[in-house]
Amino acid sequence: MEKESLKHLFQQEFSKMVAVISKSFGLQHIEIAEDIVSETFLQATETWETKGLPQHPTAWLYAVARQKTLYYFRRNKILETKIIPELTIMQEKDQEAQILNFSDENIKDSQLQMLFAICTPAIASEAQIGLALRILCGFGIDEIAEAFLSNKETINKRLFRAKEKLRTEKVQLELPSENEIANRLDNVLHVIYLLFSEGYYSKTQNQILRKDLCIEAMRLALMLTEYGRTNLPKTNALMALMCFHASRFSARQTVENTVILYEHQNTELWDKALINQGLYFLNLSAQGNEISSYHLEAKIAYGHCQKEDTPAKWEEILQLYNQLLLINYSPVVALNRTFALYKANGREVAVIEAEKLKLENNHFYFILLAELYKNVDYEKVKRYLHKAHSLAKTQTEKQGIQEELDKLG
Amino acid sequence: MKDFMLLFRQPNYDYTNTSREEMQAIGKKWQDWVGGIAAQGKLVSHGPRLALEGKVLKAGGVITDGPFVEIREMLGSFILVKADSLEDATTLAHGCPAIDADGSVEIRPLFG
Repeated sequence: MEKESLKHLFQQEFSKMVAVISKSFGLQHIEIAEDIVSETFLQATETWETKGLPQHPTAWLYAVARQKTLYYFRRNKILETKIIPELTIMQEKDQEAQILNFSDENIKDSQLQMLFAICTPAIASEAQIGLALRILCGFGIDEIAEAFLSNKETINKRLFRAKEKLRTEKVQLELPSENEIANRLDNVLHVIYLLFSEGYYSKTQNQILRKDLCIEAMRLALMLTEYGRTNLPKTNALMALMCFHASRFSARQTVENTVILYEHQNTELWDKALINQGLYFLNLSAQGNEISSYHLEAKIAYGHCQKEDTPAKWEEILQLYNQLLLINYSPVVALNRTFALYKANGREVAVIEAEKLKLENNHFYFILLAELYKNVDYEKVKRYLHKAHSLAKTQTEKQGIQEELDKLG
Repeated sequence: MKDFMLLFRQPNYDYTNTSREEMQAIGKKWQDWVGGIAAQGKLVSHGPRLALEGKVLKAGGVITDGPFVEIREMLGSFILVKADSLEDATTLAHGCPAIDADGSVEIRPLFG
């Protein structure tokens, strides 16, 4: 097996195995679970290198992990029985028989429970994403550090604190109760949304890593659609939103890797299968009365998946942004809304509204202003682009803005 | 920033002779106007719209049908915004579609 596919297999199995082991050990021992799985992978790499790949690699991994876990468990149990004499041999045997069930069903249940555990409101959202990447997506610390444009130490500290929180808050690996699940689901969906955005708008230049982030977010949401109580309209709306965005993933990158504006995208690069997939989930999301921000964003994203540049389309997008702002204000939404206003109501109205936004520290604000004055006021366009260039945070963005400036002459 | 209430009043809410297209245009005007305030991050809450019917209770137990007898304009709805000053809040009220309908916007600071 090639190195890349081996890495892929490990990444895939990591979250399953950690979830199942944590389910048996209790979430407070999640670090032991991680260690055991890492040791298993190490042993696999060494053994498979000399003896070749076993017939069923995953079964091999589960067997070794089980061995290692039971060993640890027994050794630890001995210690515990010395300290806690109440623990009878009977109970030990019971627990041993129950633990480490690597059936598809138990893997699925454990992963779903892990998803809810990590998305507990007790943990700050940045730490949640990190923890989700590590525990639910099997990313390495260096990959997480790269995604966050941070360093390993910072990420390790952040993950350590998050796990500490899981312990002190005594978070259990179980699904929330029936009447709590809808509430808790909001937080889970939000983390998945952030995870996807981290990949889609990531600061890192690593294309494979970015795509991986998006795919993992979609995989987690898909898991929620497969379970009755979490398969709600808003879950499907989030899924639709991610499909529509992901369909334009390739088109967003030019050869030079600079992020390009929607208008300049090569529509031939849009992934039609993903757009259809998005439509499928969008239809499923149109049940019930709740209109979540995911519903609105999914419809907007769908609008962007249509090539036709008609006033009617932009009018619809504008109204969706108006609604979205009432639920969820953010500078990005405000800027996008103003661009839609420009397309639907014309330049003059949009200029007035844009100037009211006063997002003076946001480079996208000045890119928008430059766009609004294009072919109207050369000096202003130049000034705004320079301003955007000085505020841009990444080299890629600076490069993109510089190209616009060069075009001006 | 402080919170202010913008109260919209119009002399007439009778849309029975208004065409579907015109209704849509009025709806769009309101949505674009409120959207503009929200885009500035200054919308605190989008108040409920008031239905047309109502009663007025006065001293001595006198009850009348609605507030429409003595005041020229009738309260239609309200929103809460945040602004640095009463002047800024008043600036936000500009462009309100109630004014186009010969109505008015009353801008009142909230206590607290």
